[in-house]
Amino acid sequence: MSRRVRLLLFACGGPGLLAVLLIGLHGLPAFGDFHGAYGLVVDHVEPGQRRATDIVTALNFDLRAFDTLGEEFILFASVSGVALLLRHLRDEDEEVESSRSVADHRFAGASDALRVLSLVLIPLLVSLGVYLALHGALTPGGGFQAGVVLAAGPLAILLAGRYLALKRVAPEWMLEAGDAAGATAYALIGLGGLIFAAVYLKNFLPLGTSGHLLSAGMMPLNSIAVGLEVAGAFLLTWTEFLDQDLLVTREEL
Amino acid sequence: MNFAPFAAAAWLFVIGLYGVVSSQHLVRTVLSLTVVQSSTYLVLLGVGYRLGGKAPIVADIPTKAKLVDPVVQVLVLTDVVIEATVLALLLALVIQAHKRFGSVDPADLRLLRN
Amino acid sequence: MTALQAAALIVVVVAGTAIVFVPDPLRQTLVLSMFGLALTLLFFVFQAPDVALSELVVGSVGMPVIILAALRKIATHTAIREEEERKEGGE
Repeated sequence: MSRRVRLLLFACGGPGLLAVLLIGLHGLPAFGDFHGAYGLVVDHVEPGQRRATDIVTALNFDLRAFDTLGEEFILFASVSGVALLLRHLRDEDEEVESSRSVADHRFAGASDALRVLSLVLIPLLVSLGVYLALHGALTPGGGFQAGVVLAAGPLAILLAGRYLALKRVAPEWMLEAGDAAGATAYALIGLGGLIFAAVYLKNFLPLGTSGHLLSAGMMPLNSIAVGLEVAGAFLLTWTEFLDQDLLVTREEL
Repeated sequence: MNFAPFAAAAWLFVIGLYGVVSSQHLVRTVLSLTVVQSSTYLVLLGVGYRLGGKAPIVADIPTKAKLVDPVVQVLVLTDVVIEATVLALLLALVIQAHKRFGSVDPADLRLLRN
Repeated sequence: MTALQAAALIVVVVAGTAIVFVPDPLRQTLVLSMFGLALTLLFFVFQAPDVALSELVVGSVGMPVIILAALRKIATHTAIREEEERKEGGE
């Protein structure tokens, strides 16, 4: 379908879509006037029942933990898809370009200031990621945020211009193992709920007092599992994409 | 004034769709999809907001305080992280399409025949 | 609706429109980075700090790295293809 036909169709349908959307969104309650029952009940009930002060993380990893199980497996599936597509592509490329030499993998122009900055950033990011995972139930944080911040740590090595060092610090087998271990650990913790409390993914560990680090039962464990999985998934995606560029290069044209 | 976030979300949806329709480079299509996604985040968070409500974290405010809805925040939070990987999958498909057809123009893509 | 929320909303709408109308995919990636930052601010003033945290990392680092790598791969492939066509044309 050529571009002109597409634009013509959009010119016919687009303004109508905008009008329908605006009319439909008018039916929602006004901004700021929320009366959903479920949210209000959770706000009311959760700190007493589950002793977690961060209600969003409590919903994510305890009250609606089953939804999170589904979501993390969506993540797992799409990262597997990326790895499958790009590795197949890389094998084809390596057959074609086996005679070409692999160029030097330094980014020309990574200045000293950039290298020092990334050296400082790496421990900061890793410790921030671990903090977010552990304190997910107490302060803003949780598994997903911790995973992406933790993955950004080794990426700073790339910023410093040392891609091969990144491959040594985070080799592929380790990323795959971490990703799979995180996904499995979450499902297995749910099994613990099944064994000890007769409901899959029910919070079966002692709840403790709210505000302390070791409280809210299995929420920190779930957070750590999801954080591991998300970090492994993101680093795997990044290294797959960067491998495409930096390991299969050509001689000077 | 109370309708502004929803109007902004509708505008972003349609403008992102325009970007998808009118692009001549598959990577532009993928980036316009990001704009469409963020319109859904706006709608969800706009629905859950309560005037004068605070963030649903009771670590330092009394537990009976007025809080915004936490359920929609759960939805948007997981969505943000997962859509990033789905877009990575789309970009891997774009690279594969470029290798197979030699161009990234959506008008040049044909059916696979082999 | 406070003034901060209105301002953040305006920045988000302007950045979103800019992504669609910038011509070059490389520049679009940088505008996407700014859009992620604007969205983070918007989520924060809508009293959703958890969401803001994840959007911050994904929008500023997560997506642009992937897009830049994909763009570079496409450019490399195009160059290789042109080189091969030139060689075949010369033979």
